[in-house]
Amino acid sequence: MSAIVSLTDVSVRFGPSRAVDGVSVDVKPGEVLALVGESGSGKTTLIRAIQGLQSVTSGQITHTPASGDRPTGSDRSRGNRGVQMIFQDPTGALNPRQTIYEIVAEGLRIRKESKDEAARVARALSRAGLRPPERFFPMYPHQISGGQRQRVVIAGAMVMEPDLLLADEPVASLDASIRGEILALMLDLVGETGLSILVVTHDLGLAWNIADRVAVMYLGRIVELGPTERILGSPKHPYTRALLSVVPETTRMEQQILTGEIPDSRRIPVGCRFHPRCPLFQSGTLPDEVASRCITEDPDQLDSSATWSVACWAVAADGEPEDGSVGA
Amino acid sequence: MSWPVLSVKDLTITYNSSAGLVPAVRGVSFDLAVGESLGLAGESGCGKSTLANSLLRLLPEGTVTSGEVTIDGQDLFALSPGGLRAVRWTTGAIVFQGALHALNPVQTAGRQVREPMHVHETVASDDEARVRSRQLFERVGLSANLLEAYPHQLSGGQRQRVLIAMALACDPQLLIADEPTTALDLMVQAQVLALIAELREESSLSLIFITHDLSVLTCVADRLAIMYAGRIVEQGPSMDVFQNATHPYTKALAAAFPTIGDPASRKAPSGLAGDPPTPGALPSGCPFHPRCPLAEDRCRTIEPDLRSSGQGREAACVLI
Repeated sequence: MSAIVSLTDVSVRFGPSRAVDGVSVDVKPGEVLALVGESGSGKTTLIRAIQGLQSVTSGQITHTPASGDRPTGSDRSRGNRGVQMIFQDPTGALNPRQTIYEIVAEGLRIRKESKDEAARVARALSRAGLRPPERFFPMYPHQISGGQRQRVVIAGAMVMEPDLLLADEPVASLDASIRGEILALMLDLVGETGLSILVVTHDLGLAWNIADRVAVMYLGRIVELGPTERILGSPKHPYTRALLSVVPETTRMEQQILTGEIPDSRRIPVGCRFHPRCPLFQSGTLPDEVASRCITEDPDQLDSSATWSVACWAVAADGEPEDGSVGA
Repeated sequence: MSWPVLSVKDLTITYNSSAGLVPAVRGVSFDLAVGESLGLAGESGCGKSTLANSLLRLLPEGTVTSGEVTIDGQDLFALSPGGLRAVRWTTGAIVFQGALHALNPVQTAGRQVREPMHVHETVASDDEARVRSRQLFERVGLSANLLEAYPHQLSGGQRQRVLIAMALACDPQLLIADEPTTALDLMVQAQVLALIAELREESSLSLIFITHDLSVLTCVADRLAIMYAGRIVEQGPSMDVFQNATHPYTKALAAAFPTIGDPASRKAPSGLAGDPPTPGALPSGCPFHPRCPLAEDRCRTIEPDLRSSGQGREAACVLI
C-alpha cells in the first residue's frame, strides 16, 4: 500500500537556521507513527510543513489521500482537509465564546460544506466519545472538563474526515488519569476509521502505549526509525539509548545523562551532528577509523523503506541490525 | 536520632472565593525528617500546590486554615511577620513551577540569586553575595558567565537551575519543589533530577517534591504521598507504593505511566474514566467513588480515613 504522506529529503530553513535538515519518512495507511525528540529537534516544524502551514526549503512532501483524490487548488488555500491537526493545550485551542457545536462545525463552515452539518457534527462528537452529542451542542468550553475539551478538539479534526491526524503532544497538558483515555480514543479512531496518526511527543511511554513505529529526531534529522518494540526494546543509536535510559523508573539500563542541551540549529556540528554529545564517541573507545568519520562525515539519511534504520557510524561499523539497514 | 524538620497535623485549608468556601486541603498530616524526601503526587485540583504554598504561609489573604504546622520547631501559624520572614528562604524555600514565568525578565540571573541573601542579611556585603552566587551557580551546574544573563537568554533547563540556585541562596534546610521538571524535556529533566539528588547527598537537605508524574517521584522521593480531593489517600516508601499500589486511585495513576517493555501496556493505554472532582463540589462519601472501578454501595456514604496497610504504608479505602 502506498503511503498516506511521503517525505523525501525535506528541509526547512529559517535564514541560517536549519530547523529540519533532510528528513525522509513515510506514514503508512492506518499506522501510528511517533516522532520523538527534545525541544529544538525540529519535530514541530516538520509537522507544520506536513500540514502545509510551513513551506519547505527543499525536498518533497506528497500527500496521497486514502480516497485517491488529489488535493485541489482550493483545498490547498484552505489547508488540506485530509490532514488535520490537534494541539497540545485544549483550553488554548478552543474559542471560549463559541459553543461546542460552533467549534466543531467551524471547519465545515470555512469550506462551505453546509450539507448535513448537524449530523456531521453529531457524528464527530460521538466518535470523540462525547455522547449523547446533542447534549454538548449548546455548551461552552468552560462548562466541560479538561478531558472533554481535548475530545472537542479531536471532534473538530474528525468532522473533516481526515486520513491523517497530526497530534502535537496531545496529552502533555492533561491530568495523568485522563491521559490514558485520550490515547485509547486515538487508537479507537485508527481502528474504526483507518486513519493514520503522526504523533509528536517527548514522552516515550506514549509511544509504547500507541505507536506502531517510532522515529527519533535529533537536530533536524531522523537518526533512528523502526518498529516501536525494537526501538524501545533494543535501541541502536546512542542518542536513542541515552533518551531511553533517562525515562524515570527505567531500571534496566544504566543512566546516560547527556550534558548540555541540543545545539543551536544555526550551528549544526560538522560530521555526525550528535558527536559532541555522543557518549560512545566521547568515551574514546571507538576505533580510530570510526571516530574520524564521526567528526568529518555526516551519516547519510535513513532509508525510509527499511524496517529499521539507524544513522550512526559506530553502529554501521558494528554490523547491520537484524533485518534492517544501516543508514550509513 | 532524627527529628522532623517539618510536622503537619490535621491541616485544613479552605479558600474563600466568590463562589463560596472551597475546601482545597482537608485534614492532611505528615512528618518530614531531616534529610528525608517526600513526594506529593496527584492531579490538578487535588490540593498539592495549596499544601506546598501553605507550608511557608504563601496563601492568599482570606484563606481559612486550621491544624498545626511546625517548621524547624516553630509553630508556623503563630509566627510574627518578622519571624515568618526569617523562616522563608532561610529555613524553607520553594522552587516554583514554570521556570519561564518565575524569574524577573528585566533583572540578571545573578541579581535575582543575590536578592534573597541581601533581604535576609545572610551575607555581610555585596562582594560576599557575589562570591556566594558564583558558588551556587557552580553547584547547580551553570557557568559563572551566565550570572550576567537575562532570563530570555537562558534555556528552559538553565532557568530551572537558576530557580534552584535562588532557592538555595540562604542555605535552607527544606526545599519545596513544585513541579520543577514538568515543563522540561526528558534529558533536561534527568539533569535536574540528578542535580537534586546530588544536592541531597552533599547536605542534609530535606525535600518535598510535587508532581503529577508518579514515575518521576520514584527517582527523587524516599516516601510518597498520593493526594486526591484534598486528602492523602495513600502513603509509604516510594518504590513500594509505585510498584505495588493498594488504593485504586494510586493504581490508576501508576498505570498511566507505562513501563516501557511491559507487554501489558503495549498498545493498551490505561486511563481512568471521568475527571478529578472540583474542590467546590466534592462527591459524597469517598470522593473517588464515582471513578472507582471497585466502588461498592457503602463508598457513597463513608469517607474512609488513612489506616495502616502494613510495612510503613497507609491507605484510605474501605476495601483495604
